Amino acid sequence: MSAQAHIQVQDLRLAYGTREVLHGISFDIRHNEIFGIIGPAQSGKTSLLRCINRTIDFSPEASVSGAITVDGEDVRRTKDLFALRRRIGMVAPLPVGLPLSIYDNVAFAPRCAGMTRKTDLDAIVEQCLRQAALWDEVKDRLSSLGTKLSGGQQQRLTIARALSHQPAILCLDEFSIAIDPVTTMRIEDVIKELRRDMTVILVTNLTQQARRLADRTMFLWNGEIIELDSSDIIFGDQPRDRRTYEYVNGLFG
Amino acid sequence: MFAETPFVRSKRRSEAFAKWLFFAMSAAMVLPLLLIVGYLFVKAAPSLNINFLLDVPRRGMTQGGIWPAFVGTVYLVFISLAISAPVGILAAVYLNEYARDNWLNRMINLAVINLAGVPSIVHALFGLGAFVYAARLGYSILSASLTLAIMTLPVIIASTREALASVPMSFREACWNVGATRWQTIRAVVLPNSISGILTGVILQVSRAAGETAPIMFTGAVFFKAVQKGEVFAYHLNEQCMALSMHLYTISTQVPGVKESIPFATAVVLLASVLLVNAAAITLRALMRSRKKW
Repeated sequence: MSAQAHIQVQDLRLAYGTREVLHGISFDIRHNEIFGIIGPAQSGKTSLLRCINRTIDFSPEASVSGAITVDGEDVRRTKDLFALRRRIGMVAPLPVGLPLSIYDNVAFAPRCAGMTRKTDLDAIVEQCLRQAALWDEVKDRLSSLGTKLSGGQQQRLTIARALSHQPAILCLDEFSIAIDPVTTMRIEDVIKELRRDMTVILVTNLTQQARRLADRTMFLWNGEIIELDSSDIIFGDQPRDRRTYEYVNGLFG
Repeated sequence: MFAETPFVRSKRRSEAFAKWLFFAMSAAMVLPLLLIVGYLFVKAAPSLNINFLLDVPRRGMTQGGIWPAFVGTVYLVFISLAISAPVGILAAVYLNEYARDNWLNRMINLAVINLAGVPSIVHALFGLGAFVYAARLGYSILSASLTLAIMTLPVIIASTREALASVPMSFREACWNVGATRWQTIRAVVLPNSISGILTGVILQVSRAAGETAPIMFTGAVFFKAVQKGEVFAYHLNEQCMALSMHLYTISTQVPGVKESIPFATAVVLLASVLLVNAAAITLRALMRSRKKW
């Protein structure tokens, strides 16, 4: 395994009860790359992300085997689970504005981590909202409710919240399914900016989105890796596996 | 061209019939309530005045007012809910937010459900054995309140769990994803958004605690107790007290020669206080709901 790998996954198996959804997959994610994961529904993409930040723990019927390391540390044996989750920003498919003010939505994670000084919190809130391309729209009403924003704004708020604990890894799980194409393009520009500071895992149903953004793309299907290569090859005319070509070009099934 | 076919006509008729049948049944519900309340008020009218509420019973309970019983009921209701509300709410938070699906928690769940189904007379016997005798609290307000607390506890747990469960799971997941602990999540998001439902559930138990007769009759309510007219701190926790429900029972069945309007007026006071508290609960819920945040 390469030394500069940010995340290493080795022989990861995940089962909900008796139904196995990940059948022993292994791959590396490098520092500061945008790593695309494509695949149809039920192929295990979201479950994979939940294994990485250990929110899989909240599904009592799930059993995990294999190893996942982040910066060389085994996440399944981590001492401080909450610190692990703060190293990983997670953006869910549907925007979730917490029923708090816009300010508190972003300040929530730093507060949970013990930050109390108003000036520090103000700085983080502004920085994250700017990074998520939302600052200009909400800077005059930071005390209004996050849940009253429009869908696209809420998704950017969700991204700002995911950045608020200054993660080294940002996981975006089909972030664009509930928002319009214009907002999607704005967020894609944001992602291109963010990669300088962090590693990005981009799970998407839109194969074109992975083609536009990802350095390398993994095609996951029924809990197995069909192919993992640079996006040029995955989305080119000559991927190694015929199913990749068919899926990417809409001929699948 | 668009003439009604026989099939369409029969469909329309059965639709109209069904609608009227259902309406008639709902309307029939209101009738008994109106009759009961109206009958009570008419019968109670001669005795209904502020002095009836504030005065003590006189001439062997055949005349006078109901103050000692009213204050006793207020004592019993507040003390019992002061015990059962905190215990019930904390238990419900555990069961809904922390508990995993294992045999121990399934047992706890089963116990809560069964406790809710226990008849009040059984609670009364339990209270007599546990609090009056075993815990040596004697026949007292404390014993009676504890018995009522046990009786209202499972319902408070159930209503609180329902209120907690109405907070969308996605909020919790969003908090966990940014590294919040369960308690941080509960305090910041879950409790603030379920508190109105929780309070409503607790307040609705006031009417149950106020109306039950058997549990307090066995454990701390008494036939007569000398109290000053209009005295608010009329009882000590370790003594017995009068209560509206018990008082209504005794003057209706045990005491000869009671002025006819007095039992009815007592019932009106009991009903009115309970309805007042329920109305407060409904207003509170409406108020909180209008500020709902999603």
